[in-house]
Amino acid sequence: MAKTSYLCWSLLTFLLAFSTQSAEMPLNMTQGVTEISQQVYDLHMKIFYICCAIGIAVFGVMFWSIIHHRKSKGVAPAQFHESTKVELLWTALPVVILILMAIPATQTLIAMEDTSEADVTVLVTGSQWKWHYKYMDHKVEYYSLLATPRKQIENKLKKGENYLLEVDRPLVIPTGKKVRFLVTSDDVIHSWWVPAFAVKKDANPGFINEAWTKVDHPGIYRGQCAELCGKDHGFMPVVVIAKDQADFDLWIAQEAATQAAAKAEELKLLSMNMSKEELMALGEKTYMGYCAACHQPTGMGIPGVFPALKGSKMALEDLPAHIDIVLNGKTGTAMQAFAKQLTLSEIAAVVTYERNAWDNNTGDVVQAADIAKAQKP
Amino acid sequence: MSTVTTDPHAHAEHEHHGPAKGLKRWLYTTNHKDIGTLYLLFALTMFFIGGAMAMVIRAELFQPGLQIVEPDFFNQMTTVHGLIMVFGAVMPAFTGLANWLVPMMIGAPDMALPRMNNWSFWILPFAFSILLASLFMEGGGPGFGWTFYAPLSTTYSSDSTALFVFSVHIMGISSIMGAINVIVTIMNLRAPGMTYMKMPLFVWTWFITAYLLIAVMPVLAGAVTMVLTDKYFGTSFFDAAGGGDPVLFQHIFWFFGHPEVYIMILPAFGIVSSIVPTFARKPLFGYASMVYATSSIALLSFLVWAHHMFTTGMPVFAELFFMYCTMLIAVPTGVKVFNWVATMWRGAMTFEVPMMFALAFIVLFTIGGFSGLMLAITPADFQYHDTYFVVAHFHYVLVTGAIFSIMAAAYYWLPKWTGHMYDETLGQWHFWCSLISVNVLFFPMHFVGLAGMPRRIPDYALQFADFNALISIGGFAFGLSQLLFVWLVVKCIKGGEKATDQVWEGAEGLEWTIPSPAPYHSFTTPPEIK
Ligand code: HEC
Ligand SMILES: [Cu+2]
Repeated sequence: MAKTSYLCWSLLTFLLAFSTQSAEMPLNMTQGVTEISQQVYDLHMKIFYICCAIGIAVFGVMFWSIIHHRKSKGVAPAQFHESTKVELLWTALPVVILILMAIPATQTLIAMEDTSEADVTVLVTGSQWKWHYKYMDHKVEYYSLLATPRKQIENKLKKGENYLLEVDRPLVIPTGKKVRFLVTSDDVIHSWWVPAFAVKKDANPGFINEAWTKVDHPGIYRGQCAELCGKDHGFMPVVVIAKDQADFDLWIAQEAATQAAAKAEELKLLSMNMSKEELMALGEKTYMGYCAACHQPTGMGIPGVFPALKGSKMALEDLPAHIDIVLNGKTGTAMQAFAKQLTLSEIAAVVTYERNAWDNNTGDVVQAADIAKAQKP
Repeated sequence: MSTVTTDPHAHAEHEHHGPAKGLKRWLYTTNHKDIGTLYLLFALTMFFIGGAMAMVIRAELFQPGLQIVEPDFFNQMTTVHGLIMVFGAVMPAFTGLANWLVPMMIGAPDMALPRMNNWSFWILPFAFSILLASLFMEGGGPGFGWTFYAPLSTTYSSDSTALFVFSVHIMGISSIMGAINVIVTIMNLRAPGMTYMKMPLFVWTWFITAYLLIAVMPVLAGAVTMVLTDKYFGTSFFDAAGGGDPVLFQHIFWFFGHPEVYIMILPAFGIVSSIVPTFARKPLFGYASMVYATSSIALLSFLVWAHHMFTTGMPVFAELFFMYCTMLIAVPTGVKVFNWVATMWRGAMTFEVPMMFALAFIVLFTIGGFSGLMLAITPADFQYHDTYFVVAHFHYVLVTGAIFSIMAAAYYWLPKWTGHMYDETLGQWHFWCSLISVNVLFFPMHFVGLAGMPRRIPDYALQFADFNALISIGGFAFGLSQLLFVWLVVKCIKGGEKATDQVWEGAEGLEWTIPSPAPYHSFTTPPEIK
């Protein structure tokens, strides 16, 4: 017995030593940065304390009997086996406690679900495996992709501070304003979650959900997709930057201007030809960012799930079909439409890349103009 | 099957004969004890296969970054681990216990439908062979989670989905047949004088569980069939583009899934209600209220399914309804825990292994119940949902709940089954190793979840690293500890101190009146109950 308890103690100290190392991980739910998230936190703690109190009372009684009412103490067992009074009491008492819990829960819930009178509305669309943000009152929209380099995930590079919680283009919202999120999906169900706002809403394909937040302090807030959405579910983070109104206005104006300029540039590019080297370089970059998750960096795909592009008939021969599938995707499969996600030149480049990389050496060169032609028959 | 009819001995009830010899005995058997043993051994095997998958998961999560498996395979591991543990380990183990115990407890010679009993067991190995084989298909096995939400399981799944659907159908048929058998047996074969309100609680809880099974397994069958037709035959039940709704899938699934949770815990309540009085040497407190509590839990279980779906975007009214109903379940569950504690109060307790597992069950299941209550609070659920907090919650109710109760049952009735006492020292080792490791495994998950780690991810942010390493260590230790159990069971089957008929000083009930090991046919003449 002594040996057992010695073992237990050494294990316990080992565990404690372990847990002190991870000082950076908070041990509790975040209080967040909004009124709602604070209310949720308070609710969480209230229920937690109630549970603790009940637990201490019940287990207290139980351990009291374990210690005192044991045969080795020579006690004779009592024989009572029912008491309507006591049984009624411990049916009724929990009901009262539950009602006390339900009241604040109901209040918070009703506040959380009131999405009316929003100042800013953002359409949030999940797709395998990235988020798309569209400001409904501005001409601004963009995709937000995981920014952690592949090499860090594969343990070939040291992992950065915000490993897996960083994106190329975060969502930007103004502080002090009610921001409404319309949440939907292009493919499977995702769930848009920012713990600091206590907002988690499923993105259902074909339906639009609503959520809202009002952030008081500027800052960077990180979250993740919460609903299993396939292979790279663990790799689609959410990053939101809250800026005060002036900064936000500046940012959105700039962003709108840049996006308008890019569109104009696109049109200009139509009349110009890029060299094959330029196309291959841009194509590789685009491919790694948008296609490699499924078709793999080697172009080999994943047998039975995502087809190989290396040596594929479409990539070697049928150019119109190739352009078409990249532009419009294929309904009923994971192959999504890229017409809105990529610029004409990016699509031209990625098609060129796929037709020349991995020994696909077709020699084909596709220009933005070809894509534009394919788009408007 | 012709095999069933060609054996003339299999059903000859009145002869005093032993079982057939060799493999045939097990293949053709219609004996409730043989079938019970088959179920239990099958469940144990599945427990280790599903456990091995959990080890793969924990090995991958030991450190941040991708080390051992690809994300795709990781998803297949979480999916198949869940399916195997639910349908292959916990449910068959309970059915095995029902087979062994229900006839002995109600004074019956056997189950009422012995041939169906054989059939309901023997289709299971096929179901799980199909499921496991699908892992080796091109494109891999099912990777959409054991909850197989559409459209991830329809449009976006690999071709092994057809095999998945087929195997779930077989599991469902097996469960339904098992449930029918339990109901028919209990309704018809009780010994004279054994009224419903005199049945042992294990029989009561299984009786109610069987009704739950019959009610919801067809719903699951419907869900998988719709997945099948959506994927292969052009229907759009769950596809908005064709007028369907992906959230409809979740409603159907959880209408099955929530009662399913109680299917996996009600028999556990019955087990604990048998063990605690024996080792407290005092009758169970509040027998009648236990029965009523079990029934109310079963009824309420049909009204709470959408608490798994608070984030799907339901109207506030629905969210409130499901929140209140879910909170209500705490009341009958509380009654049970209070009754167990009251049973111990002023008893004369001893702490053999079955009692230790039962006590651990009471404490740890209650912790799982507390986190369940927290999850019921909709606004807080928005933060907990789909995080490790949920993973912690359901492993507390399923591992330290259901599986601990099964362990307790195994220790409690092993002497009756084998005729030998198990090795108490080894059993205590198994208990303490399991108890410590299981908490190292699952308790930190609460913190990881609250800190914001989503479930079902193969890689995670750096802040979660230390806790995940700790959890993995707990996982490996828990897995290894279970080998002690196998060793103990083998030892107990082979020999050991001879068990008396009553086995435990405080044990009461018909199964303790017959010899140990129990004769091949328990009660050929029904006992008289006063
Ligand atoms: C979410 C996963 C996914 C992503 C990302 C993806 N694809 Fe696909 N792709 C698929 C699937 C699945 C198919 C097979 C569709 C079918 O069933 O015909 C496919 C098919 C194709 C085909 C046809 C292959 C053939 O031989 O039939 C091409 C070409 C293609 N994709 C190009 C791309 C390009 C270019 C990108 C990036 C801009 C991309 N894909 C990104 C999943 C994806
Ligand atoms: Cu997602």
